Amino acid sequence: MAVGKVTFTKAEREKLAQLLWLLNWISVLTGVILFSLGLFLRVEIQKRQEVMSDQEILYVPHMLITTGLVACCINFLGGKICYECTDTSKFLRWKLVLLPYIVCTFFFTFCVLVGALMCYSIRNQLEESLFLGLRNAMRYYKDTDTPGRCFLKRTVDLLQMQFQCCGNAGYRDWFHVQWISNRYLDMTSSDVRDRLRSNVEGKYLMDGVPFSCCSTLSPRPCIQQQVTNNSAHYNYRHQTEQLNLWRRGCRQALLDHYTSIMRSIGLIVLLIWLFENVLRLGNPDCESDGWILENSLAETARSNFNIIKNLGKCYQVDDDPNINASPLSA
Amino acid sequence: MVVMKMKFPFEKRVKLAQGLWVLSWFAAVAGAITFTLGCILKTELRKRAEVMDNTDVHVVPNTLMLVGLASLGINYFAGKICQDALDAGRFPRWKTFLKPYFATSCFFTVLMLLSVVMSYVMKGSLENSLKIGLRNGIRFYKDTDTPGRCFQKQNIDRLQMDFQCCGNTDHRDWFEVQWISNRYLDFSSKDVKDRIKSNVDGRYLLDGVPFSCCNPSSPRPCIQYQITNNSAHYNYDYQTEELNIYLRGCREALVHYYMGLMNTIGAGVLTGSVLVCLRYLQTAMEAVAGQENTEIETEGYLLEKGVKETIMEYVDPVRMYSHLTRLRP
Repeated sequence: MAVGKVTFTKAEREKLAQLLWLLNWISVLTGVILFSLGLFLRVEIQKRQEVMSDQEILYVPHMLITTGLVACCINFLGGKICYECTDTSKFLRWKLVLLPYIVCTFFFTFCVLVGALMCYSIRNQLEESLFLGLRNAMRYYKDTDTPGRCFLKRTVDLLQMQFQCCGNAGYRDWFHVQWISNRYLDMTSSDVRDRLRSNVEGKYLMDGVPFSCCSTLSPRPCIQQQVTNNSAHYNYRHQTEQLNLWRRGCRQALLDHYTSIMRSIGLIVLLIWLFENVLRLGNPDCESDGWILENSLAETARSNFNIIKNLGKCYQVDDDPNINASPLSA
Repeated sequence: MVVMKMKFPFEKRVKLAQGLWVLSWFAAVAGAITFTLGCILKTELRKRAEVMDNTDVHVVPNTLMLVGLASLGINYFAGKICQDALDAGRFPRWKTFLKPYFATSCFFTVLMLLSVVMSYVMKGSLENSLKIGLRNGIRFYKDTDTPGRCFQKQNIDRLQMDFQCCGNTDHRDWFEVQWISNRYLDFSSKDVKDRIKSNVDGRYLLDGVPFSCCNPSSPRPCIQYQITNNSAHYNYDYQTEELNIYLRGCREALVHYYMGLMNTIGAGVLTGSVLVCLRYLQTAMEAVAGQENTEIETEGYLLEKGVKETIMEYVDPVRMYSHLTRLRP
């Protein structure tokens, strides 16, 4: 009794094999895409690691990378199994592996979905990390002579120029940090001494910003010192001047940048996840081939065994009709 | 009188065909790369069109693109020909095609070598064009209210930041130009009036540079005003301070950048060698045609007759054709 017996002509089997081969390679390609997306995200986060306070966000790209690699292996293996299950002799090899393989596939699909969702949910953690990272970077901006922090000035300047932003939430953040090192302050000058004394912690604070906050869109040369003092500059009103410095905070700029990257990656990963599921649903031939063949295989095996048994019996001495015939009659 | 005769036994012919096939594919890839480089160079030149006075230099990327495409086509056919070369049955169908093919390929190879030479010759023209373009850009930096020039400030600022350069030849070019508009100068201030009076043309000149000249790698906050005045800033020496502002001029930076792009054209040499090998293969195979034993030793050569006679052979049909078209009306 063969349940759901499916007969395949040779041409149909070849077509099926070709289709399975193609699907197999498309699946491997999606695994490669996942891997490269994870790698790209990791490189992007690595580039700005100095303004991020913790590196826990790295688990998102790491997850994508591992999922991508696992996807390649699983899909490659799956393709091989599918390809060989049309050939009954080879299929026996894969029988034991099939069940754990299917469990693995379901687990992997779940991981892909989790990866996609993580890309969307990371925003809050990223914002917190950027807030702390940028605050520290601005605090250590002046420490170009301290080992370990000597490149922070350059990093912050390049960041502000590239992302067209200034400060943490806005340019006013620079008014609360001393961003000019004491090495370049003339302590004998009364102006400097007054400023230092007027501050509780002895910091040299001023209403000025670094040059990297200057906007290229401004029609007038950049005003970076005495930004809030209208009388210090001719024809200048601090409240209405919009184009002089970059208005956006770097935290917002970086957050937007990373959110857009992760949203695109999340979308692509979701599409891949959907595609994989459609692949498994729309191509039940492979697994169902398995079950179909197994039944008929057991049947076939039993019938073959019976035939062999009968074959042996056939040539037993008492059944052979020609046993007593003389060689002369042949 | 045969030019550059060589003997080709069967194994050598086979090796020649195989080597040529690989070489022609490499050369095809090189042709594709040359075309891409031409496209990139053209895009880059157009991006900075505002600081260039004329577009003469565009002839280099145009030639590169043409040559890259031609090289791709030539080497593709070379690969196909040598695939069929060793098969005496398939080779004859290429026979009528080969003569015009060699003529066009030689023409394009010569053009390719010319473009390599041209890119070096064009350096002077590019530099001149940039000199004038940058000078105008710096002069009109302050005219952000004049239509047609209102984007000069933005362009020059972006250029100086992207290429890490300052001014035309160096940062002192900014000392000779008034780059602060009169709209933002307080004419009632004594300091401003003194400066304007001290200048012959009545311009407001100062020893300061725009903020885009500032170098982010400097350990101290940027000093952009009173650069030559050591006493205006604490712990500052103008002569020894190298990291404060960019010391390189934008003309030099841009020329460097474009010459770097143009220097990656050496791959054109590959196509020349492909053509030479193909010619040998063709002539060697011609001797085999019609023979029963295809494994005999044959002779290959570059030119059947001398150089002058071969050129006449190619030019004569063209001359005849032009003569005929002239006679017709």
